[in-house]
Parts: sequence; structure tokens; C-alpha cells
Amino acid sequence: MDSSIFVVLIAMLGGAIRVSTPFMFVALGECLTEKSGRINLGLEGNLVLGAMVAYAVSFHTGNPWIGVLAAGGSGLVLGAMHGYICKLPKVNDIAVGIAIMSFGTGVAFFFGKPYIQPSAPRLDAIPLGDWTGNASLAQALQVNPLFFVGILLAVVMSWAFANTRWGLIVRMTGDSAASAKAMGVSVDLVRFIATTIGGMLAGVGGSFLSLYYPGSWNQGLSSGQGLMAVALVIFARWDPIRCIWAALLFGAAGAIGPSLQSVGITQGYYFFNAAPYILTLFIMIASARSKGAAREAPGELSITK
Amino acid sequence: MTVAAPSLAQAHTPNVRTLKLAEALFVPLVALLVSAALFSLFLLLIGKSPVDFFGLVWTGGFGSSFSIQQSLQRSAPLILTALAFAIPARIGLTMIGAEGALVLGGFAAAVIAIPLVTVGIPAPLTWLLMALVAMATGGLWIGLAGWLRHYRGVNETISSLLLSYIAIAIMNFFVEGALRDPASANKPSTMPIGDAYRIGSIPGTDVHWGFAAGIVLAIALYILMSRTTFGFAARMTGGNVRAAQAQGLPVGLLMVSCCVIAGCCAGLAGFFEVAAIHGQANASLVAGYGFTGILIAFLARHNPLAVVPVAILFGAIAAAGGLVQRRMGMPDATVLVLQGIIFVVLLASDTLYGRLKFFQPPVVGDRT
Repeated sequence: MDSSIFVVLIAMLGGAIRVSTPFMFVALGECLTEKSGRINLGLEGNLVLGAMVAYAVSFHTGNPWIGVLAAGGSGLVLGAMHGYICKLPKVNDIAVGIAIMSFGTGVAFFFGKPYIQPSAPRLDAIPLGDWTGNASLAQALQVNPLFFVGILLAVVMSWAFANTRWGLIVRMTGDSAASAKAMGVSVDLVRFIATTIGGMLAGVGGSFLSLYYPGSWNQGLSSGQGLMAVALVIFARWDPIRCIWAALLFGAAGAIGPSLQSVGITQGYYFFNAAPYILTLFIMIASARSKGAAREAPGELSITK
Repeated sequence: MTVAAPSLAQAHTPNVRTLKLAEALFVPLVALLVSAALFSLFLLLIGKSPVDFFGLVWTGGFGSSFSIQQSLQRSAPLILTALAFAIPARIGLTMIGAEGALVLGGFAAAVIAIPLVTVGIPAPLTWLLMALVAMATGGLWIGLAGWLRHYRGVNETISSLLLSYIAIAIMNFFVEGALRDPASANKPSTMPIGDAYRIGSIPGTDVHWGFAAGIVLAIALYILMSRTTFGFAARMTGGNVRAAQAQGLPVGLLMVSCCVIAGCCAGLAGFFEVAAIHGQANASLVAGYGFTGILIAFLARHNPLAVVPVAILFGAIAAAGGLVQRRMGMPDATVLVLQGIIFVVLLASDTLYGRLKFFQPPVVGDRT
């Protein structure tokens, strides 16, 4: 019994590392966008389109890293669309997010049809656990380079928000558009750039889904990860480093079902599949009215009002 | 400074209401045309003929009496899910969880039907109970998101979509497990309700009763939202929550009520899907009706009456989907691309309101 609990915990650790990476990228992208005072609910669309584009490009070029770049490019385009449309007066950014979500998934499903069958070259993992001499631990510590890219990105973002001129401009635009204007900053331009880069990061997150874990392209690849990541940013209170921890927590929750399956507990598989959604919901309930969240929220953000 | 008296010229200009209505018809129509143009461009880029496409959509959607009936049939769940988005939207909530309420409502209806069918309760009574259970389940589901929004400050857009995923997981959990019909090998389903308990068609047509129910509900909800105190209070809350609160309106109750109504609509759609189409609950219920409903509601500008024709249009596009797939060799996601384009263009077109000179009421007198 002890050993099977151990197996489950190891599997959850490995799962947390694997499952969390797309959450991480989407959350960091959303964090940047929301810091500038705009919300993008459409990152689910970027994620799905990124996954499809990455898989297709990797299939045709034979190099998965070109696929990752292409996924970033597709996310960039969707992000720019969102950024541009939201710039127009009288347009509701939450509704546009839903539209981008449906547009992105539609395009991905349309062009992704021929890529469901063939297998594309996937990203290689870095084996970090070989020294342990424990097969399941070694398996769990097979870490994809994108995971480290995500962590590095979070550190850089966190530093940049606090210490650079650009970081200050983004934060100021998010906290008070009026004062940004008074300082001669173009609010629309800052938000446009933040939304575009945020979209690109979400696209890269999508490439991880199709090129590493689960590691194939199909229409059910992402079910709400992009949206959960938006909730995750609120939970992480718009702090890139906390986004990483939150992503790991969500990853672990997402790994419960498969981990239990690995020791033969298949009952309630679908129930455990719902665990990340339920966790997100409870986290949102817990963090929605907290004083800390209210204090740290960007002042211009429509979602927290 | 003086306010000019109504001049003779003003009597000849159309009044503000007419102008507003014309604007509300004109802008979505322009958005539809622009989307059609963009989609044609998309088709040309991938080497397909837009003329063929729109021709096939016309033939498949409205070309014959058979295809018209197919379109109406397909529009039935869409009317209901669009209402499920439109009603909360009037009170200022962006509730995108109709998909989940439909699935869970349909599932609950299928489950409650099993003992009733076994005992042999008369079909009409069974339908009534199934419909009530479906509506209650759906109402509870969206109502929960509304309650969380008002009393816990949880963003309703995210929570309702999360609840959708949870609803689908709940159905899968039971359908794959305790409530699975052993005979459903490839597609896990609940026990079928049997042909004797299927809801038939409206006499003289092949369209099931869900379409009639959708129209009745659309009219009823139109009256509720625009001709009653409840509707007035709800719209006022949607316009400005703080002002409504200051007026002493029961904002929380209004919000939760609107959400429960929305959930009832979506749950009812699930009931008809089970009782008229599938005869059991399975993964076929997850057909994206909830999401198409959102688009329809936006096109109809959240007006329950306008929802009906727009839903029929999208029902026709869905009905023609198979024909387009076969004749043009295009994937079923073609419809999703078209919907996505319409959605994006439509929301971008919101910026036109109040900017087209033609629709602005003439300025009477000088406003200095």
C-alpha cells in the first residue's frame, strides 16, 4: 500500500511538471496582458491553434523547435487581432475574448484535420532523474526544456515589472490609464503590445501540448486549460513567480486521474478528470473577495470589478 | 442657451426609436456581409469556390421543404441556448455555460426517465417530469454561477465555463459507469427511453416539438424582459448595478432569477435533444449548441424575439454542413471557421454604434 501511494505521488510530481507547462505559458501571457489593464479570455483559442500549428509545422519540417516558433507566431497573430479589436471604442474585451476563442479553435480544427493521423517529431526531454536509480522517479524527472524556459521567463518578467522602464509603463497603464496618458504614454499601444506578446506566449504553450504532452494533435487536446490559466492569474495575484507555483498546483490536480490509473485505480477516472475544474472554481471562490487580491489587482481590469 | 421648440423640420425626421431599431438591424447585417466576404476570401485562399459554398448552404438549408424542416429542427436547441445567453446578458452577465446546462439537463432527463418508463407511466406525464427535471437541473447549474457572481464576486464568465466542463465530466462519469446501458458498446449511453416515449413531430412536419417550445419561450421571455416590472428592473440593473442598488432593487435576486431562467432554457434544450433526437444521454449531447447560442444571442442583440430568425439561419448553416462536407470535400470544422469569423467581425462592429451619422437623431437647437 505504501509503495502504491509512493508511485501515485511520484506520478503526480511528474504529472505536475508535465501538465503545468502549458498552464505556465498561458498564465504568463495572461499576466502580462492583464498587467496592462486588459483581459484576454481568448487564450484558449491561441492554445489550440498553437498546438495545431506546432504539430503541422513539426510534421512538415521535421524540426519540432520550428514548430514551437510557428506556434508562437500563430498566437502572436491571434493576440494582435484581440489587441486591435479591443482598441476600438465601445468594444467589450470579455466578449471579444470568447469570439477569439471560437475563431482560434475553428481554424485549428479546420486545418488540423489532416494531422490527426500522422505522427510528427516531438520535443525531446532532458533526463534529470537518471542518477536516482529509480525507474519511476527517473520517468517523472524527464523534464521538457520548455518548462525551464517558462520558469526563466517568469523570473525575467518579475524582474522587468519591478525594475525596468517598460515594466513600469505596463504597470502604470494597467493601474490607471489616465495617469499613463498624463505621462504621455499611448495606452492603446502599450495594451496592444502586451496583448500581442501575451497571445504569443499562449501559442508557445499550445505547442507543448501537441509536441510533448499528451504529444499528439486531436480536437480534444485542450479542454479549458487556456481558460483555467486566466483564473490562475487571478489566484496568483498578477505575480509571474506565483503564476509558476499556481501552474504546478494545477498541473498536480490535472495529474491525479492519470496517476491513479497508473496504479490500477480506474474507477472515477472521469471524476478525477474534473478535478482541475473543481479546484479552479474553489480557488476562484476563495480568492474573489480577498483583500489581498483586491489590493494587487491592476486598477483598470474589468474582471475584478 | 434656449431650448428650441420642436420645429416643423423635426416632425419629418424619424423618431429616435425607429432610428435605434434601424441601427440595431443595420450594424449586424453589415457585420454578416463583411464576414461572408472574409469567409469567401478564406475559401478562395484554400482554392474552393465561395459561390459553390453559399449555393450549397442555400440548397442544404432552405432549398427544399425537407431541408427547411431540417434547418428548423436544428435551430430548436439553438433558440433555447441563445435565450440562455441573452437573458443574463440583459442584466449585465456574460454567462457562457449553456453547453453544460444543456448536457446536464439532458442527462438528468434521461436518468429520471428510466424508472418512469419501467413502471409504465403514460408518455405525456413522463415528458412533463423529464422536462421539469431537465429545467431544474439546468436552472440550478447556471443559477449557481449567478449566485457565485453576486454573493461571492466570482467572475461569471469563467465560472460558468468551468461548470460546463464539470457538467460534461459528471455525465461521462455516470454514463461510463453506474448508469451505462450494457448494450451501448461503442458509445457509452444511458438506457434508451424507447420509441414509445420519443417526442414526435409537430403534426404535418418533421420538426420536433422543441422548435415550438423555443418560439413560445422566446415570445414569453420577450414579454417578460420588455413589458414587465421584472424585466425593467433587470434591464436597469444591467445598465448600472450601483444605480439599481441605490434604488433599492433586489439586485442579487434579479441576477440569480435571470440565470435560473437561462439555465431552464438550456436544460429544456437538453430535454428535447434526449426525448426527440437521441432517445438517451451520451456524448452526442456535447455538440457545441451552447457556444453557437452565444453567437446567436450577440447577433440578435440579446433580444429574445430576434433570437428566433438568427437561430434559424444558423440551424440552416448546420443543416447544410453535411452537404458542404460531401460535395466540396471540406472538413466539418468549416462551419466553425465561418462562425468564428462572424463572431469576431460582429463584436468588432459594436464600435459602429453611435458613430454612423445617418442613424443619429438630429440635434435640436444649439447645445452650447
